[in-house]
Amino acid sequence: MENNGKAWLYLLPALVLLGVFMIYPLIDVCVYSVEEGYNSASQTYFGVGTYNYSYILHDPYFLQALKNTLILVVITVPVSTGLALFISFGLTSIRKLRDLFQTIYFLPYVTNTLAVGLVFMILFKKTAYTDGMVNLLLSWFGGPSVDFIDGPYWAKMFVLCFYTVWIVLPFKILILTSALSSVNEVYYSAAKVDGTPKGRVFWRITLPMISPMIFYLVITGFIGAFKAYSDAVALFGTNLNAAEMNTIVGYIYDMLYGDSGGYPSYASAAAIVLFVIVLTITCINLSVSKKHVYY
Amino acid sequence: MTDTKKPLGALIGRGIVYLLLGVWALTVLFPFYWMLLTSVKSYGSYNAEYVPKFYASSPTLQNYFDAFTAVPLARYFANTVLFTVLTTALMLAVIVPAAFAFSRLSFRGKDLLFTAILSLMMIPNELVIITNFVTVTNLNLRNTFTGLILPSVTSVFYIYLLKENFAQIPDELYYAAKVDGTSDWKYLWKVMLPICRPTVVTVTVLKVIECWNSYVWPRLITDDPSYYLVSGGIQEIRENGFGRENIPAMMAAVVVISVPLIVLFLVFRRKIMEGVARGGTKG
Repeated sequence: MENNGKAWLYLLPALVLLGVFMIYPLIDVCVYSVEEGYNSASQTYFGVGTYNYSYILHDPYFLQALKNTLILVVITVPVSTGLALFISFGLTSIRKLRDLFQTIYFLPYVTNTLAVGLVFMILFKKTAYTDGMVNLLLSWFGGPSVDFIDGPYWAKMFVLCFYTVWIVLPFKILILTSALSSVNEVYYSAAKVDGTPKGRVFWRITLPMISPMIFYLVITGFIGAFKAYSDAVALFGTNLNAAEMNTIVGYIYDMLYGDSGGYPSYASAAAIVLFVIVLTITCINLSVSKKHVYY
Repeated sequence: MTDTKKPLGALIGRGIVYLLLGVWALTVLFPFYWMLLTSVKSYGSYNAEYVPKFYASSPTLQNYFDAFTAVPLARYFANTVLFTVLTTALMLAVIVPAAFAFSRLSFRGKDLLFTAILSLMMIPNELVIITNFVTVTNLNLRNTFTGLILPSVTSVFYIYLLKENFAQIPDELYYAAKVDGTSDWKYLWKVMLPICRPTVVTVTVLKVIECWNSYVWPRLITDDPSYYLVSGGIQEIRENGFGRENIPAMMAAVVVISVPLIVLFLVFRRKIMEGVARGGTKG
């Protein structure tokens, strides 16, 4: 035990910072969320109760944000995971140009979400001067021109989903490609000897072998999609409520700060609601994966 | 795959695979092409194109000049570099000793403390950011680099990653160094860190990417444009900068902001991809 004092010295900076910026806030956020009528100027409150929760659950902006987030999650998680699986499968089946494709596919990971979001906005936006790039594409195929940024709800949701998938794919492709290339060749050789058809090899060998990684991606995908925010800001600007495109995280920040800010209690209640949703989904995912994943 | 004669079906299948992969590659590259292209179109010619053109008939660098003179892009850029370097350096200074203590030193309550710290990984940033905002505001640290940097200096996940790597170094090395009279501190710097260099590089690169792109915390904590980082800067440029219609100048700013990380990526391609596969969480 001679190391006792020294060990604590080594740990001191990390522990102090974790204490101030993680553990204290964690307790504090729970306290905030039950203080009713908190006033940030005078730092006083009326009483303790669940009013903040009932306020946000009846706030149309929160319900809009919840709806947007749920749609985003339900669409982007399966689409991005499926697409990543498809692409990785294609990647592992070729040898020429494979490195080039891998490098290109990874590019969105190292780009600034806000900056490239602006490019997406310009590609999809329709102004008085131009219909925009995407509408030009649509018109080649005889489609109608749509304003994807200030237009109908489904169009805006489509752009948000498309951009989210574009942003999250690199990570998923990377993980799945390395999972696929680590499947032992012996299994494939054995299947070849037995004359197993390709589809069967995929469903019976490849998919089970990489199932732990797929479930890892589904779980992190759910968590990431529930926290969507900066992608929406990049496309629709900071006033997301006006664009009907707010997300739960966006609602939290709006409550905290900005033109509609100054309500840390509501923000805290919303943050805890988000945490409970994410925790529940993750637990469901884990229990499903116990049944279907081969370790 | 040593067959010399392939049936026609396999060839067509291969062709389709390449075609589909190519389509996605184009989808990924197209926004980059479009921002480069738009950034060299002049304001007048861009707005004259009702149907967008896929080439620039008279390319100009005027937009890049505007990006640095009409808006404080250089300031945003310098802020971000400073923020990234300081945060990453401070983080390493905090997490390396902590990982060392957890992997090499013995003290009362070590396992319990480590488990407690690991459980913090489940806590999403959104949950603690509210109080941190209030804390930093009360400390009068809004619009300062201290306020920007402090909350992102520790990372439970990176402590864990480093600790796991440190723990793989055989104990014999440590005892040999002890016999020679090497101090713990020296052992950490001269033996452990060089052996674990790949992990340190991974952690550094991931943190640099994270810092360069961070948006939420800086936006909460700074409302003075002279402290904006590039993400906040680009948002500011979009809303109040060149005027909403000057898209080519905006695109020039976007190119300038995107280039550093893309160059970093192309130089350290293998290291970054390995690192992200081991420790990345985005998505």
